[in-house]
Amino acid sequence: MTSTELRDWPLWEVFVRARRGLSHQHVGSLHAPDAEMALRNARDVYTRRQEGVSIWVVPTAQIATSSPDEKDAFFEPAGDKPYRHPTFFHVPEGVQHL
Amino acid sequence: MSATATSTSDVALYALRLGDDALILAQRLGEWSSMAPELEEDIALTNIALDLLGQARFLLTLAGELEGSGRDEDELAFGRGEREFYNCLLVEQPNVDFAHTIARQLLFSTYQLALYEPLTGSADSGLAGIAAKAVKEVAYHRDHAVKWSLRLGDGTAASHSRMQDAIERLWPYTHELFESDELVERLAVGGVAVNPAGLCDSWGQFIGATLGEATVTVPETSWRPSGGRRGEHTEAFGHMLAEMQWLHRSHPGASW
Amino acid sequence: MYGLPEERNRSQPAEPEDTALRDSFEATIAADERIEPRDWMPDEYRTTLVRQIAQHAHSEIIGMQPEGNWITRAPSLQRKAILMAKVQDEAGHGMYLYSAAETLGVSRDQLVELLLAGKQKYSSIFNYPTLSWADMGAIGWLVDGAAIMNQIPLTRCSYGPYARAMVRVCKEESFHQRQGFEILHTLSHGTGAQHEMAQDAVNRWWWPSLMMFGPPDDESPHTAQSMAWKIKRFTNDELRQRFVDICVPQAAVLELTLPDPDLRLDEPTGNYRYGEIDWEEFKRVLKGDGPCNRQRLEHRTRAHEEGRWVREAAAAYAAKRARAEERLAA
Repeated sequence: MTSTELRDWPLWEVFVRARRGLSHQHVGSLHAPDAEMALRNARDVYTRRQEGVSIWVVPTAQIATSSPDEKDAFFEPAGDKPYRHPTFFHVPEGVQHL
Repeated sequence: MSATATSTSDVALYALRLGDDALILAQRLGEWSSMAPELEEDIALTNIALDLLGQARFLLTLAGELEGSGRDEDELAFGRGEREFYNCLLVEQPNVDFAHTIARQLLFSTYQLALYEPLTGSADSGLAGIAAKAVKEVAYHRDHAVKWSLRLGDGTAASHSRMQDAIERLWPYTHELFESDELVERLAVGGVAVNPAGLCDSWGQFIGATLGEATVTVPETSWRPSGGRRGEHTEAFGHMLAEMQWLHRSHPGASW
Repeated sequence: MYGLPEERNRSQPAEPEDTALRDSFEATIAADERIEPRDWMPDEYRTTLVRQIAQHAHSEIIGMQPEGNWITRAPSLQRKAILMAKVQDEAGHGMYLYSAAETLGVSRDQLVELLLAGKQKYSSIFNYPTLSWADMGAIGWLVDGAAIMNQIPLTRCSYGPYARAMVRVCKEESFHQRQGFEILHTLSHGTGAQHEMAQDAVNRWWWPSLMMFGPPDDESPHTAQSMAWKIKRFTNDELRQRFVDICVPQAAVLELTLPDPDLRLDEPTGNYRYGEIDWEEFKRVLKGDGPCNRQRLEHRTRAHEEGRWVREAAAAYAAKRARAEERLAA
């Protein structure tokens, strides 16, 4: 084992479900030696004011991200598909609960 | 009052014992602030200290109400002398290093959880209520201590030897936790207190299993220091109290 | 998630492609949108941010010490609990900020090493000693008050992770200043000795608090560029003036005086004019010759060194467990 491996606790990304019915949201990151401790630490650091009901921790190194350079290829095709958004559709007056 | 009825001064004294355990351990853990091995751990230790301080405040307030002499939590925390504190000797042991602190947490919170679980059913509604809130906190404290005991015991050679030393040094002070006396026996009959003598086996099993997994050997000792419940403490305790009480006592009658 | 620095697009001298990247960066800033970790950014922008965020994070961590100094001596259990929670928040804020800095390709370990080697700074205010309990009040009211004034505009900083960290910090910070004001108010209206203690604390913390906003605008080397990049939204002097204007009426409520004979209301502007700040003292403390510079770094170094075996133990245990799991899977 190298000395850096000994010294450095890896970085983890923390996601918290603020309350039932909501999805987990990224709240920040922390350092921890393993997943078990990362969860403990996340509880202490990010939910000590009762901010959550459930926590995910993910090793930062394990997250694959789209590159900003690919932004156009990744996200722009959605730009000409306004029909994906509910506001695109005209609803006649008087129709409720739609 | 009938002969079998529980005396309120008994309950007050019992609440004081429990409250002092929590207060003194919180004070020790407070010494870690800004000194922990990593920022995340600084936050974790403070969370535990804050839980214990919260428990202490409820218990001391309850004790003050029951004794009926008008002493509030601060009078009890800052106004009593060394011989009037009834915490066990284990919680006043100095921090020394992170291994000693974790060992103390493991030994104490395992005891505290075993005690508070049945105390939630106490005939005294005040104690039962405080125990019900505390039991969730203490379960987390024990879990924190277990996780770290495994990592220190079964981490590196250096951490193993520190953890082994810490357990050996603190082990003698665990006998006192399970000592019973007339007060506890009287209260246990009335369903108010939990007789600690009955908690020893399950405590021993849990600690044995945890330390076994942590590759730490349980020591055998003939020395069984005791006296905290009678107000006879270790020398280090007086220094700690002097620090804790000095400011409050320098300004008699002042509000803060 | 953020990629290693060498994998990132670093700015190179004037290739045509870079001009396009720089234009897109400038356009993002101009549109008041946020720069995110993997976006292209000029080296100087990155360097400025690393310097500022690290300094900010170090300040939170070093800032735990002056207040931690009174945890074991707090005069009531309620005050003890509040102070512990506050110092704990500071550890949390340090963590959020180190995380924000890490998105720029430096590790927390590296930053801590720079701090301990004296190569990165922290706010000079924390090099003053806390000599009485009233200092807990003065720090909350004045030091946290000044910090909040600096921090609120940072929630709109152009760098996304820094702005988001500051949103969290500011949300948690709100109780810090109030508890300080309350401590001083209680002391000031308490016994004679308590009132004296409160006045003495304000006398000692007032001028160093004004220095927290940094050197005057005409001597602040980074201000112009930082404002252009929307890292900074107001100048040092603007924020300092706002702080003084807020504090003067609050001091009256506290029934405490501010130690500045030149302090007076300037009717036409509605601002309070204040006396000359001793910038020589500021430079001296910043350079390392304040009352507590040495102790603060020694304390931090000790905590770091004494924690090493613990961090190593946890890493070794994690590695052992990972190997055991691999064997099981094989």
